[in-house]
Amino acid sequence: MAARLFSSLLSRSSSSSSSSAARALLSRARKPLLGRDIKTYSTAVAIEEPLNPGVTVNYSQLFINGQFVDSASGKTFPTFDPRTGEVIAHVAEGEAEDINRAVAAARKAFDEGPWPRMTAYERAKIMLRFADLLEKHNDELAALETWDNGKPYEQAAKIELPMIVRVIRYYAGWADKIHGLTVPADGQYHLQTLHEPIGVAGQIIPWNFPLLMYAWKVGPALACGNTIVLKTAEQTPLSALYATKLLHEAGVPPGVVNVISGFGPTAGAALASHMDVDKLAFTGSTNTGKIVLELAARSNLKPVTLELGGKSPFIVCGDADVDKAVELAHFALFFNQGQCCCAGSRTYVHESVYDEFVEKAKARATIRSVGDPFKSGIEQGPQIDSEQFEKILRYIRAGVESGATLETGGERFGTKGHYIQPTVFSNVEDDMLIAKDEIFGPVQSILKFKDLKEVIQRANNTRYGLAAGVFTQNMDTANTLTRALRVGTVWVNCFDIFDAAIPFGGYKMSGQGREKGIYSLSNYLQVKAVVTPLKNPAWL
Amino acid sequence: MAENQSDANGSLKTYDDHVPEIKFTKLFINGEFVDSVKGRTLETVDPRNGQVTARVAEGDKEDVDLAVEAARQAFDHGPWPRMPGYQRGRIMSKFAVLIEENIDELAALDTINGGKLFSFSKAMEIPYAVTSLRYYAGAADKIHGEVLKMSRDLHGYTLREPIGVVGHIIPWNGPATMFMMKVAPALAAGCTMVVKPAEQTPLSALFYAHLAKKAGVPDGVINVVNGFGPTAGAAISGHMDIDMVSFTGSTEVGRIVMQAAATSNLKQVSLELGGKSPIMVFDDADLDSATDLALTGILVNKGEVCVAGSRVYVQERIYEEFEKKIVAKAKAWSVGDPFDPNVRQGPQASKEQFEKILSYIEHGKREGATLLTGGAPLGTKGYYIQPTIFTNVTEDNVIVKDEIFGPVMSLMKFKTTEEVIKRANDTRYGLAAGILTKNIDLVNTVSRSIRAGTIWINCYLAFDNDCPFGGYKMSGFGKDYGLDALHKYLHVKSVVTPIYNSPWL
Repeated sequence: MAARLFSSLLSRSSSSSSSSAARALLSRARKPLLGRDIKTYSTAVAIEEPLNPGVTVNYSQLFINGQFVDSASGKTFPTFDPRTGEVIAHVAEGEAEDINRAVAAARKAFDEGPWPRMTAYERAKIMLRFADLLEKHNDELAALETWDNGKPYEQAAKIELPMIVRVIRYYAGWADKIHGLTVPADGQYHLQTLHEPIGVAGQIIPWNFPLLMYAWKVGPALACGNTIVLKTAEQTPLSALYATKLLHEAGVPPGVVNVISGFGPTAGAALASHMDVDKLAFTGSTNTGKIVLELAARSNLKPVTLELGGKSPFIVCGDADVDKAVELAHFALFFNQGQCCCAGSRTYVHESVYDEFVEKAKARATIRSVGDPFKSGIEQGPQIDSEQFEKILRYIRAGVESGATLETGGERFGTKGHYIQPTVFSNVEDDMLIAKDEIFGPVQSILKFKDLKEVIQRANNTRYGLAAGVFTQNMDTANTLTRALRVGTVWVNCFDIFDAAIPFGGYKMSGQGREKGIYSLSNYLQVKAVVTPLKNPAWL
Repeated sequence: MAENQSDANGSLKTYDDHVPEIKFTKLFINGEFVDSVKGRTLETVDPRNGQVTARVAEGDKEDVDLAVEAARQAFDHGPWPRMPGYQRGRIMSKFAVLIEENIDELAALDTINGGKLFSFSKAMEIPYAVTSLRYYAGAADKIHGEVLKMSRDLHGYTLREPIGVVGHIIPWNGPATMFMMKVAPALAAGCTMVVKPAEQTPLSALFYAHLAKKAGVPDGVINVVNGFGPTAGAAISGHMDIDMVSFTGSTEVGRIVMQAAATSNLKQVSLELGGKSPIMVFDDADLDSATDLALTGILVNKGEVCVAGSRVYVQERIYEEFEKKIVAKAKAWSVGDPFDPNVRQGPQASKEQFEKILSYIEHGKREGATLLTGGAPLGTKGYYIQPTIFTNVTEDNVIVKDEIFGPVMSLMKFKTTEEVIKRANDTRYGLAAGILTKNIDLVNTVSRSIRAGTIWINCYLAFDNDCPFGGYKMSGFGKDYGLDALHKYLHVKSVVTPIYNSPWL
């Protein structure tokens, strides 16, 4: 989901925010056959010895009240390298007792500490220092991210880290512009609203964009003056610990941000059901989102923000620029190994361009470069873990069995690690499992449609509603589709544009609430109405 | 006289070793320091001693034309309005850091140019100007239009677009504050600009322009033309290619600026003008803090502040004690060389200002006002004036009506709330007001009743970047500070198109 620079280069060639590095990355990505050292999946038979990540794991404990500490139980769990399945490090395993300790620290920091009491300008300056430190340690953080997650290093270093820095700076700028309202009264009263920090925020983040999700959660919560207990995904605990250390180096007081590594049923559940947590924000699967919401309901009715799964349609109309649509549809699905909640996983193509589109989509997938994510020019690394890997392969088999045409891919890539071939299905029908479920892998499903009304109905016929892509040169078609699709984001002739100011979130079972932009502030603010009588007012 | 002196020997102690080397004295046009077209210069004078500190290029119409051409080019074809707001914000953040690095030199320039307290400039005014720059840097990527609720099958939205080339005409009383108050929101909006600093205080503005360039502000975005109002100032407000003029200064000149805008291209005008702001002290107020606030309200920056609390109304029950305390404090107020860290009041900014204030004081005496303290110059050279308090005056007295712009307070007594509201509003100005009381009903009643742009309750001069500032009535229109100031430099464009088959409207 983190591809503003990348996709902006694809869709807006005049973008002024592109770095030359990203440009270089793009040119390799678009013309991979020209890259000397790139092996596409069709020509490489095995993954060679994995490259050295060039970074060491210095932080593997929990971070509570400004310090790295062991878990109360002393337990640890391994975090794995998705390239090989080998252990990178053993990480302290947080459970209910650790969540209690972290919440107590966050509670104290909120109720008595300086963070909500300092001026917003001071908070903003600390956040700006944090952004500077992230920038300074860009390459180490990106290497940790790639090592733990398997995403291409160039993507982490040149696209995601700058986006993370950007989000932190964006919310730093909000800190001193959080406005309540003075409100008109029906009678002789003076009315105003105060926007106050909500308190202790619990945040549970996923493994697909570990640090970016960290920034989306921590940025607005900090700007509003809250304190935080954040649980990372058990697959990717490393980068958040490093970033949190930098956050404290920047001047965030102890107890304001606490990070617990651990598993959902233990640490996550304890956080979601904690009686002293005032707010919960979760990004992950729809099934887990349901559990989180239920735990919040059963405990203290904490408000919940959910950013969940998707099965986002990518609609290519008959008048679309087919080459551009093919490239972006490819990107929309395969980016980050297909592990994006907003992946364009249902590619609807108008019958008039369908055959051409399928042919070109297949050709594009065939030349996608898969390999060690530390290697320059690689577009696709391994899937996050064996569970995902197996699940995706099961879905691919289901696709074949249900009668979809396997155009390319369909198998694991190499013999080691969790690599999967870029896979394209055509002749996919709406009722096939691969068109209904969120696969979260490099599997593109191409479907055919005849008219606008039909594609609107089919695109909306899903329990999800996260995002959609619309490709057409006709503005009436674009406007009709834009308003008709029941989704939180519509990208028209572009995809995966993720500016800090653009709100992101789902309709239907893709979630509740919005992250990023001004909208995310409201997730972390309480509104207090203040009413007082007016004696002899000059006006009302 | 002796009470207010930092040195009892008749002449004030001076700190000439603090005077910095003056690096920038030309005009700043299109990223370069250049001489004026006619080659003329003007003198800047050190108000501590009346001596010439520098000869500065004097801009006139031709120079304004060149500056506008550069700003026009930078707006119509340059990168500034075309880069993402985030990028503008990053450059502005860098500008802020450069100011912090040069703060001693900048503060000293304002002291030798404007007679401002060096320690105040260094510890308060310039750091505050830096926070303004950071505030608007953080706003540059938060300029939102709205998507509209149209009443037919229409899709409508608004775009907020930079207004274009802005002319800023700024005064001499707070060179750092005024420069940044105007320039920062206009930069964030994506405008380009021509700044005319006051002829008394051009030095720090030139330094800021130099630092802006160093920070990465593209050439032509900020141009600085030093010069006089009737020449350079008039050329800006009457220019056919400037899209907006933002002026801070006297009400008289504000009127001329607006007229020039009206007779030229109807450019938008924002005016932040004079004031005669009331401070109302009710009988439950704490006398120690009330006298401190009221005294600072008039003596800050030697009274050369548009929001100076120049009319102080005290409820009758506490009036006598208030008068006694504030007079004692005024006598103890230290006046002297503004480089001296123990001094609270430096010289008036110019000879003209000095003489104008003294003539008002004489007028007050002639009108029969009672002089409680002060009322005379201080020392034998420079433009120092004693803190001065008059009483036994009414709203009919000239010293109560006119903005004196000096350390001269009119202290008055009132009986009832209704009375003080009426008298406080009995002025053509409406910039600010102070209310001192702990009574919540009184606070609410008075704050809504006063026709002024800022109400300070149990505080005064409590400026903040997020808090819009500007006048009612003849104190001007348009706001500085806050997001209102950002919006001032933005046009609203409405975009409308039909939609077909929308599932909702």
